[in-house]
Amino acid sequence: MVKAKALVLNGYGINCPYETAYAITASGGESEIRHASEIIENPALLQNYNLLALPGGFSFGDDIASAKVLANRLKYRAKDALQKFVDDGKLVIGICNGFQALVKMGLLPKPDFVQRVTLTYNASGKFEDRWVRLKMNVKSPCVFTKGIEYLDLPVRHGEGRFIPASREILEEMVGKQLTVCYYVNSRGEFADYPFNPNGSVLNVAGICNENGRIFGLMPHPEAFNHFTNHPGWTRGMVKQGEGLKIFRNAVEHIEANL
Amino acid sequence: MGGNARRIEVRPKGALRDPRSASFAKEAEELSKVKVSDFAIVKVYNIDGELGKEELEKLGRELFADPVTEEFTFAEPYYNDYWRIEVGFLPGMTDNEGNTARQGVKDVLGKDVDVYTSRVYAIKAEFEDEAVPAEIAKRMLANGVIQAWRIYEPESDTFEPYIPRVDLDHAPVAEEIDLQISEERLMQLSRERTLALSLDEMKAIKAHFAKGIVAKGREKFGLGKGITDVELEALAQSWSEHCKHKIFNAKIHYSEEGDGTEGKEEEIDSIFDTYIKSATDEVRKPYVVSVFKDNGGIIKFDPENDIAVKVETHNAPSALDPYGGALTGILGVNRDVLGTGLGAKPIANVNMLCFGFLDEKDVPKGCLHPKRIAKGVVKGIEHGGNMCGIPTVNGSIVFEKCYTARPLVYAGTVGILPHMIGERETARKEIKPGYLAVMTGGRIGKDGIHGATFSSQQLTTGITGSVVQIGDPITQKKVIDMTLEARDLRLYEAITDNGAGGLSSSIGELAQFSGGCEVYLDKCPLKYPGLDPWEILLSESQERMTIAVPPEKLEAVMKLAKKHDAEATVVGKFTDSGKFHIMFGKSTVAYIDMEFLHGGVPQLKLKAVWRKRMLNPPDRKPLEHGEALRRLLASPNIASKWWAIRQYDHEVQGGSAIKPLMYNDAPSDAGVIRPILGKKDGLAIAHGICPRYIEDAYWMAANAVDEGVRNAVAAGAKFGYLACLDNFSWPDPIKGPKNPDGDFKLAQLVRAARGMHDAAVAYGIPIISGKDSMKNDYYVGEEKYSVTPTLLVTVVGKVDDVATSVSSDFKGTGDVIYVLGTTSNELGGSEYYKLHGGVGEGMPRVDFKENVPLYAALSRAIEKGLVRSAHDASDGGIALAFAECAMGGAIGADMDLSLMARETDEEAAMLFSESAGRFIVSVNEKDAFRFEKIMFGTKTKKVGRVRGDKRVVVRFKDGNLINEDVFELRELWYGGLKW
Repeated sequence: MVKAKALVLNGYGINCPYETAYAITASGGESEIRHASEIIENPALLQNYNLLALPGGFSFGDDIASAKVLANRLKYRAKDALQKFVDDGKLVIGICNGFQALVKMGLLPKPDFVQRVTLTYNASGKFEDRWVRLKMNVKSPCVFTKGIEYLDLPVRHGEGRFIPASREILEEMVGKQLTVCYYVNSRGEFADYPFNPNGSVLNVAGICNENGRIFGLMPHPEAFNHFTNHPGWTRGMVKQGEGLKIFRNAVEHIEANL
Repeated sequence: MGGNARRIEVRPKGALRDPRSASFAKEAEELSKVKVSDFAIVKVYNIDGELGKEELEKLGRELFADPVTEEFTFAEPYYNDYWRIEVGFLPGMTDNEGNTARQGVKDVLGKDVDVYTSRVYAIKAEFEDEAVPAEIAKRMLANGVIQAWRIYEPESDTFEPYIPRVDLDHAPVAEEIDLQISEERLMQLSRERTLALSLDEMKAIKAHFAKGIVAKGREKFGLGKGITDVELEALAQSWSEHCKHKIFNAKIHYSEEGDGTEGKEEEIDSIFDTYIKSATDEVRKPYVVSVFKDNGGIIKFDPENDIAVKVETHNAPSALDPYGGALTGILGVNRDVLGTGLGAKPIANVNMLCFGFLDEKDVPKGCLHPKRIAKGVVKGIEHGGNMCGIPTVNGSIVFEKCYTARPLVYAGTVGILPHMIGERETARKEIKPGYLAVMTGGRIGKDGIHGATFSSQQLTTGITGSVVQIGDPITQKKVIDMTLEARDLRLYEAITDNGAGGLSSSIGELAQFSGGCEVYLDKCPLKYPGLDPWEILLSESQERMTIAVPPEKLEAVMKLAKKHDAEATVVGKFTDSGKFHIMFGKSTVAYIDMEFLHGGVPQLKLKAVWRKRMLNPPDRKPLEHGEALRRLLASPNIASKWWAIRQYDHEVQGGSAIKPLMYNDAPSDAGVIRPILGKKDGLAIAHGICPRYIEDAYWMAANAVDEGVRNAVAAGAKFGYLACLDNFSWPDPIKGPKNPDGDFKLAQLVRAARGMHDAAVAYGIPIISGKDSMKNDYYVGEEKYSVTPTLLVTVVGKVDDVATSVSSDFKGTGDVIYVLGTTSNELGGSEYYKLHGGVGEGMPRVDFKENVPLYAALSRAIEKGLVRSAHDASDGGIALAFAECAMGGAIGADMDLSLMARETDEEAAMLFSESAGRFIVSVNEKDAFRFEKIMFGTKTKKVGRVRGDKRVVVRFKDGNLINEDVFELRELWYGGLKW
């Protein structure tokens, strides 16, 4: 059995490597936090891992546009290594700023380094921290969300509004079930702000590529690593850190398939 | 404006608009009274470098414009048919986005160029002339302290790059100043150079430098009989109120005058020693690790880890540039914690803000409107905390008229550090002669020069220039990451931050460990050339730490800096010469005895006179209780602060347990986090702030401590494992011609410190750190605007098992409701009296004897898991706290006031009195017996139940005093503040 071994990216204002690494470890994988500059200096390092995690944060201060400069740096300096990594069928997860980076360097929804969708300024015009309910697209090929129907998670972003470049791109994504999760209200129905916290098209919160091994989402599963993270935990609403399911799926997939 | 410069403009495609456009349009319309039919925002990148068309095209496509939502041009202006207002930074201001863009260009083109950002606000409107958009620029879009603006008429075709490069055509020089001058000229010198030194202090310096032995030592290094500007500035900084706390350490003659006082008289030799430090000594807690000698206080957290805490104020800068002021305040206090011991990792931020009313009509000349200040400060906190990945876990916003001209911005940070690294205790700093002084992080510019002396003076109209600065969270994040890695590798033996006073302060303070230093100012990395030696030494350019590195570890430090993309430079060496020795190239520019630098400041001698004041009584017209509750819920100090709170990240680092808002936006009394993922240990952070109870500063302070403690205990902190910090923000307490009541304010300070002391001792809580800000006044000519003396008490406490912590919302139908503590007729200073337009006599006092066993028992009951909800009753009294518990749980509840412990029968007092020492607690019926057993002997009274419906009912025996719908109340409370 192959052991899941994650590279968790850090540096330049990436803020969530520790809890992301913890979430992976708590789900049975191994994780190492490495500075992005180490990968840029030596892209071959990537191949020592089978899961790449791009955590949340404010790489380069969200200057110009969120994750744009990080995405460019990885694209210009480590493109071949990244291409090989995904061609080998290894797993990639981008959370919040990491999702923005995946989209802007063109690894999602198709890993060919062409940008097809974007995550832009929230319709509300401001950064918001609030817990949202996600409804999973059970037909999605995404390996990270297998067996999950609903999931409460926090969003914490100012630029999370999902917009595809064209109707065709959106239709293709929907047709291939690449839209992995949607913002819904507490009854599980599609609803507007504040349930859809940023005004995303079709309430899309996360997307994957065709083989479901590259996954990006705006909400933070690593921040629901313990039942006391949930805003209703003091009312007995939850019994465990349900965000860990995402990472457990990744670990199990790697162990079974790689 | 360079001939080689280029300009790229970026805008949203087609009908898309920046989400802020609509609100800007509305605001511009209100301001100009002219119809605005469109308002668009254009991002502009001004590039100082020779770039060809293909290169510009590539930058637009690959870097500056989002291919999905944006388009760009590098040839002609967008919205040329609109009025355009371009806003950019003044030369030398930090341009974070410009700095990032520079790196982005390097990645895409491989070229080094400078990039300056600006924004164009394009307005489609029929303005009469340029004066109208100029007013819009000034009032809405730009802050003249940090930014410049240009206005373009429609069809102006202007596409000129905006390049605010700093060109200082100046050869750096250290000036010699003759001190053998008259007293009058000494004071003139102090004023002209913004030294903020008093005549006594100027004379002490004059006398010291006139000593033969001093002159002789200086002569050896080529210095003359005068003092150099470097020396004078270094002394002024080191002796500033900001750094030396001269008022807190003064010798004070305290007396009481007139009716209602005891006519006491006494001498106090240092408020700090007498009341603050002594409290910590008296309570002797085993978990105290380090207090009052470092940048922050340190307590034990678990067997392996310690907690470092610091709370700062950043009042004056936030009045001038609310965004930049708050941002640098947060980043500064983060660095304080990073510079405590061998360096603590920031794990939580808190912020307590005091503003004028958001709808204030009467704003003193030269001040920004409170709404603009509030929004700017919130943005600064958002960026400071969120971008560095530090959760904002607790805070408050207080609105009072006295904060209109002088807002207060308190920012605090909690950090975690291992108690030991190998064999080394981390609380200790250690420097041997020969260690290198290494500066890490940002570069030095003219920003923030005179911050330490400036904050020690009152604000006046017409302040401009270099005292304001903008923080750079990402550079700081890199410094934090690098520092913590270096700490764990033991690459340095001491660390401190560069805050007020810059290198002068950081190296000057560290040099006390070895007994001297040499600093090489010409080696310091500068943002631009042309700074004088004293400016390099004093500059408060942000995001810098100073570490003491053993020479053999230097190579490893430099390697680590490179990995983290953070600059590190050797700027000096620690010695045991006894001298603060500063060089610029080969010449010595300062040579001061360490002893004189740190111990030479003469002790202030001050007078404090306490008089009883008359406070305007409320005009109590009949007011129905339900209506009073509704109005209180929507009043500024009580209404939900969700608009601000939701813009702060409470979750980052993954350990959030009690958030500022729980469940149905229930307001939390304290923040609780789980600092070490995978362990159950929790940390609670709370605070108390009660400027409204200033009738007697003693009780104001005691109430602040009590409120802070109650908040912590309500959320689940262990009573018996708490620590607190004090932050005094006072109006000038030194009597003078422009400040005739200074002696009274000093008496208030004395009494507040005494109240702080007595409360801390009574509750057994060590004071582990603090800070005072003493000149919170604003002058327009002769007219003075002063803040109400304001004491913030921050409380941290241990939660043994985070899963036992408690939120304030009522949980389930049938749960039993208790009121803990005694309600008295103490409506003085209350929010209820404020509804009636007065302050009134009879402010709350604290009964420590009754409270100690009560808090201890509640803390035990919570630890045993018997409490389903707990909430402190403070602003608005029992009625308000009860409504908040119900709204937070979206569930009705019922209570009978006649059942609670009370010393009053007056209905309004029972409902709205803000007596200290009280909680509202709910308990599952099956646990009620066990709960009551633990609470036995305390003032714990069963008063009602959580109802199954949506009514909030407060009765007195058989009569309903309040009967309201919980959702209607929530609407009022949720929408009370109009941002």
